[in-house]
Amino acid sequence: MMELNFEMIGITVLWTFLYGYVIVASIDFGAGFFNYYAMETGQHQKVSHIIQRYLSPVWETTNVFFVFFFVGIVGFYPDTAYYLGTSLLIPGSIALILLSIRGSYYAFNSSATKPRKSWAFLYGVTGLLIPASLSIVLVISEGGYIYEDAGGVQLDIEELLFSSYAWTVVFLAIILVLYVSSGFLTYYASKAKNKSAMETFRKWFLIWSLPMIVISQFTFLSLREHNFEHFQSAQDYWYLFGLSLLTMLIAIFLFWKRRNLGLAFILIMLQIAFAFYGYGISKLPYILYPFIDINTSVVNESMAFALTIVFILGLVLLIPSLYLLLRLFIFDKDYVEGREEEGY
Amino acid sequence: MDEVLLGRIITASTLGFHIIFATIGVGIPIVIMVMEFLGIRKKDTQYLTMARRIAKGFTVTIAVGVVTGTIIGLQLSLIWPDFMRLGGQIIALPLFMEVFAFFFEAIFLGIFLYTWDRFKNPWHHWLLNIPIVVGSTLSAVFITSVNSFMNTPSGFELSEEMFVNIDPIAAMLNPSVYVRVFHVVATAYMTAAFILGSIAAFKLIKNKFQKDAEYHKKALKVTMSIGIVTALLTILAGDFSAKFLHNEQPEKLAAMEWHYETETHADLVLFGVLDEENQEVNYALRIPWALSFLSGNSFDTEVTGLNDIPEDEHPPLVIHYFFDLMVVFGMYAFGVALLYFIIKKFTRFNEHHPALLYLYFLAGPLSMMAIEAGWFLAEMGRQPWIIRGYMRVSEAVTNADGLGIVLVSFIVLYAVLGFTCSYVLVKMFNNSSAESSREEYYGEGVDAK
Repeated sequence: MMELNFEMIGITVLWTFLYGYVIVASIDFGAGFFNYYAMETGQHQKVSHIIQRYLSPVWETTNVFFVFFFVGIVGFYPDTAYYLGTSLLIPGSIALILLSIRGSYYAFNSSATKPRKSWAFLYGVTGLLIPASLSIVLVISEGGYIYEDAGGVQLDIEELLFSSYAWTVVFLAIILVLYVSSGFLTYYASKAKNKSAMETFRKWFLIWSLPMIVISQFTFLSLREHNFEHFQSAQDYWYLFGLSLLTMLIAIFLFWKRRNLGLAFILIMLQIAFAFYGYGISKLPYILYPFIDINTSVVNESMAFALTIVFILGLVLLIPSLYLLLRLFIFDKDYVEGREEEGY
Repeated sequence: MDEVLLGRIITASTLGFHIIFATIGVGIPIVIMVMEFLGIRKKDTQYLTMARRIAKGFTVTIAVGVVTGTIIGLQLSLIWPDFMRLGGQIIALPLFMEVFAFFFEAIFLGIFLYTWDRFKNPWHHWLLNIPIVVGSTLSAVFITSVNSFMNTPSGFELSEEMFVNIDPIAAMLNPSVYVRVFHVVATAYMTAAFILGSIAAFKLIKNKFQKDAEYHKKALKVTMSIGIVTALLTILAGDFSAKFLHNEQPEKLAAMEWHYETETHADLVLFGVLDEENQEVNYALRIPWALSFLSGNSFDTEVTGLNDIPEDEHPPLVIHYFFDLMVVFGMYAFGVALLYFIIKKFTRFNEHHPALLYLYFLAGPLSMMAIEAGWFLAEMGRQPWIIRGYMRVSEAVTNADGLGIVLVSFIVLYAVLGFTCSYVLVKMFNNSSAESSREEYYGEGVDAK
């Protein structure tokens, strides 16, 4: 068989999908929250139309990114099933219940003849709780919360609950969701030529950009406390984190000036990409410190080869389909502006 | 309670709940495809309205299907981490492929649902059905492949506690995959058709909107047509399954049939009560020699009995009842569809007589119960193994604490989701006349005249 570096191929593919999930899920989670917030504050008429138009056709696609990631990681690195599966029984179940409530009540509410505020509340609030609970997995992967003894793998819940690093990451996840989502919605509203909605989303975006700057710096400091080794290797990639900060500042500037909002959102995506890949690369070779090292935990070669081939074929199928979805619902002027009735 | 049992109950509740929505998710697209086809072909907006209304309800069930599917996907690692660690090495490929199939389906479903009026040529919209049907059916194929692997593992060799020479394709195409995929897909199509037939029959019984009668009669005819074809395929698949079990998983067949002595001319036992001490079956309906015949198309076929299988590898004997219920319910649905067409084509009776409508109505719920019984049979019949012959369920369960609270939480979740989902669906269609929808969508219909 070909000499391929499957441990690197696997983690690159998975990390890229996780990045995709972070972006699309942040938009989705935040939109659900803003939808509810607008209901509570009487701004619903102004913004809900934009939110619904975006959310309706794409929410299922968002969920698949997540499923892809966890099926892929168990496929490429089966040890994750054992270590993370055992230690995450309770946190994982909580995340699953939240995801289920959110997905179902979104569909229930958008199908129901009369939408209910309580249902909007459920999918709005779970939109913030889900990123919080999922981010715990990244926290745990830094090591220090899992112990292996004769009885097997154990999660030290107490250690986790009183860890400043864990809480920093949780807040980072929540703020990131609100920041990315309001940024995207500003852009989407401007495409829809809906001035008043655009102004509202822009205001929310600017409100959340300050905490975003603060919490991202704070995360670094607490990583230093928690896993010094990882912090040191992250410093070797200082330019990635520097680029992340730079793109964030330019994006905020563009939103502030109401200029080139499309470019501004791309900069937000780049900002997150630089930070996300910088974090990921500096974390290697560990998936779960110190138990799962990609070099020793990678699946057997024939499976890795098969998964890689399927992945390439899958992309050949998916990329044109995703392009079609985006063209119809995000880049289609008539649909976005709500004038699709004319047909084509 | 013991951890293994708790783990099994959690997985059984998730799968038992998920399978309802998964079956609908695999089966409904093909019905929608047929209805939209008829609508465009015959230029009949009643069929198009059917397709649209079903699709509208489908968005609700698919949502629950998606979230419960996500749950089971992750729960496999949470509850059975050792199984997934081992399984990941051998059977990850179809799991991975399933995600792609579903991804593909989800994208086109999103497009399909929101573009009814966006194409000038209606056939362009119809074409969107194809990736949806292909994606949903392939999802079923790949997941069934994983489950088949657990029953008839292949594609690896065991060498000193280590799995070597792993061949992911051979694992995916394990011996039972063809028979089981055929069975799962045929029954999903069949059940979806009968469920929609039940709704049509129910609407005709209630007759709340008299102007809708023609619409529901048409719906009944289409669903009964799909139902009878797929029910015939299901019977064929059942026959293949019996022969397959006889050859490859004799312990499951023996437990299913309470068959103790290895013998030729074996009887088929229906229902009854088992006296395990004396290995006797009382009050049962016996069909002489039928088990031998079903196993190998000949009364001389020797069917392995439980006495020739190590006692600690016996599946639980209660699966006998699940088997019988599955067959009876499935046959009922087939019989009802047959009755509908006999009355319609060969007699002068009214095929929409209220008494008959009640019979049709039952076919949907009973088909779904057949699906449930079938999966309880399949999964309990694999016990005590999680990977037959290699890993026991008891070796795979997590050692983490808290299975009890997890079980309670998920049962509450399923109850809430099941209740709300039914509530939303009933609300959606209870007070909405099909003809009014037609008026709304196409500006024609009884109201428009």
